Order: sequence, then structure tokens, then C-alpha cells
Amino acid sequence: MNKIVSGAQEAIRGIESGMTLMLGGFGLCGIPENCISALVESGVTELTCISNNAGVDDFGLGLLLQKRQIKKMISSYVGENDEFERQMLSGELEVDLIPQGSLAARCQAGGSGIPAFYTPAGFGTEVAEGKEVRYFNGKPHLLEHALTADFAIVKAWKGDRYGNLLFKGTARNFNPLMAMAGTITIAEVEELVEPGELDPNTIHTPGIFIQRIFQGKDYEKRIEQKTVRPKA
Amino acid sequence: MLDKIGIAKRIAQELQDGWYVNLGIGIPTLIANYIPKGISVEFQSENGILGMGPFPFEGEEDADMINAGKQTITAMPGASIFDSATSFAMIRGQHIQLTVLGAMEVSDNGDIANWKIPGRMVKGMGGAMDLVASADNIIVAMMHTNKKGKSKLLKSCTLPLTGVQCIKKVVTNLAVLDITPDGFKLIERAPGVTVEDIKNATEGRLIIEGDIPEMKI
Repeated sequence: MNKIVSGAQEAIRGIESGMTLMLGGFGLCGIPENCISALVESGVTELTCISNNAGVDDFGLGLLLQKRQIKKMISSYVGENDEFERQMLSGELEVDLIPQGSLAARCQAGGSGIPAFYTPAGFGTEVAEGKEVRYFNGKPHLLEHALTADFAIVKAWKGDRYGNLLFKGTARNFNPLMAMAGTITIAEVEELVEPGELDPNTIHTPGIFIQRIFQGKDYEKRIEQKTVRPKA
Repeated sequence: MLDKIGIAKRIAQELQDGWYVNLGIGIPTLIANYIPKGISVEFQSENGILGMGPFPFEGEEDADMINAGKQTITAMPGASIFDSATSFAMIRGQHIQLTVLGAMEVSDNGDIANWKIPGRMVKGMGGAMDLVASADNIIVAMMHTNKKGKSKLLKSCTLPLTGVQCIKKVVTNLAVLDITPDGFKLIERAPGVTVEDIKNATEGRLIIEGDIPEMKI
């Protein structure tokens, strides 16, 4: 079994205008930088992007927004992005805001064969509009539907040709959940290792969820909010 | 009257040994600096870490280690890292003993509004709706009035809601108040603040029973 592709360009083959993509990451942490660059170059448009955030003006999904390649964003938090704001206020960009836990659960459900589930998040708010409400143990819950994507694109620390993945630090976030929910899931990794190098006991995402994998290059790993304390 | 640090210090007094705590952005984040002596708590950040430590030393920041406010952080000994679904399982499954978050408005029946102002750019609710819908011990940390001097403790919220009937306690620059079926119950006054000051700054139903003690900070 060998899921290795040559690089981002080959990995995104088959992504066409109008498709739905999931992109892992929280803020700029754990985002698939190489594939985002390749998507910008490919010129695909009318994308629906499911991602917790929308990048910043000149990095992450902000790069696709600058080129007007995104038709709709499905996210939980989209601040820190002037171009996003401009497109949203002018009506060029559709935005569906989802509570963060519901977004995570909807991706996980999508990859797990669970079509929908009930959650208390958003009851009594505008998120609940049009959704079925059901009481369990005396408490109201909303029916939320699973999310899937034509392609899911995730970023991991290490991976092997079977598609087994290991994430580093809080760069894990949405990546393992979205990995499960793509018809085709692409993993870009910082380091491609030989099968057996990853301890089976510690693998975060089993290879079954991954169809294409490659070792990315030139990771910038930009920090959005550098906060430090002085050395004592 | 308290400043933001004072509010954080007062809420820190609520912490109990062994608790898992989720702190929101703003005043709540400051609470981590004032954990009472002899108490051990673990901080959860909903992007996927339990046992969050202080900011790193200059030069030691790691792009792969951030909190939900996207700030660079460190991990304490005994920390664990997990995906977003596991993180919200902790929250939704009520494994977290205390949630502290900021608010734009709180009503006297425990509704909270803290994510959206109509006519302004909407940034999104992030994890706030999941947190308030599930946690059973939620404290709001905020100023008692807004920048125009209008009360943020209301009969009913005017802004789009984040959650309904979920807030249990509010700590402001003026007072500590519990939310009861009959409204805001005044528990403590901030140093130098009178009951009259609090009455004037509270639009929602306010319950005052007996002498109201001054906070000890």
C-alpha cells in the first residue's frame, strides 16, 4: 500500500470549482499550508470551505479569499481578516457560523456514519432557527446534521505511506475529525517516515482515513498572537 | 471599585482543589495568575489542551502550542493534548467544573449575550455557545456597566443570545451577584462601593437581603 503523491499539486488533483472542502487547523495552527498554496495556483473557484477559522488577510484561507475562490465559509470564528469582512458585508461571501463543538462533532459524525445528533449548544439562539428541538432529561437539544466534504485536507507532523498520522501539540485540533469526513482525504506532513517508525500505540489518525499523503515543504507556521513572559 | 485584575482575583477565590477550569478570553484569562495557595487546578483550552501553562519565555514560543485565543502557551507537567471533538466532549459531558467567560449583557434569569452586535462585523461564537449550554457552573466576569454607563445586568438581553438560563454567578467591578429564580441576588460589594451604587447600576431585578458584606481581595 502506497498513498504517497509527489507534492501538493498532485495531491489536489480532482478538486474542481464548486466543490466542498474541509481544511484542518485552529487559527493558523495546524493548517495545510502547501495545499492552500496549490489551490491558489490552481485557480479553482466557488469553493465551500469548512474550517474553524478563515485565516488572516495574507495567510491561510485568507489567500483563497483574496483571489475570490471561496463562495461560502462554514466556520465558528472568523475575526482578524479584513478581506473576509469586506466580502461578507458586500454579500459576495456566504457565511454559516456554527458553535465550535457542534462543528467538531458534525465533522466527526460525517466520517463515522452518524447522519445527525442532538446537542444543547445554541438552543434559544439564532443558531436554533429552523432546527428540530427535542428534550432529553428535561433539557432542550438541537438536531444537528453531519458534515462531509468532497476533499478533506489536513496537516500532520509525521506520517507514513499507509497514511498513519501523528500530530504535534495543539496543531491537532480539527485535523483528525476532518480526516475522517472527506470522500478523499489529503494529508500533508512535515516528515514522511518509513512504515514501522510510528509506534502503533501512539498513532492519532489511522491510515484508513487517508487517501493521499506527501511531505510538505517550506512550512512558515506563522504565529498569530505571540505572547511571551520575560525571563526571570 | 475593582479593576479587571480585582475581578480576576475575586473569581480566583471560587476555585477549588482538583477542579478543571475553562477560562475565556479577556478578564477570565487573568484568573490563572491568582490561584489561591495550596490549591491545584488544571486549565482547559477548547482548541485541545488540558494542563495549559503560562506564556513561554521569549524565544521559546512554539507555533504548534497555542490556546483558544491563538496566543502562544506552554504545557504544564501532566498536561494532555487532544482533538476538538474530545475537547468539547469534556465541555458538553460536564467534566469541567468551572467555566468563566466575559459578556456584553446578562439578564436576571441567566441569559447571556456575548458574541454578536447587530450592524457590526460578526466574528462568530467560537466555543461560547457549547460552553454556556452545557457547563453547570458558569461565572461571568465583566464590568457592571458599558462604556456609555448603561447597565449590563438587564431584565432581558437586547443583543442576540449566546445561551439561555445558564449563568449562575456574575462578578463585576462593583459586586458579586448570584442569579436566582427571583433575579440578581447581591452577595458582596466591591471595596468602597455602596448598595445604592449597585442599585443604580443594575437594570434587572435586584435582591438585597440584610447587610451586604464587602469583598475581601
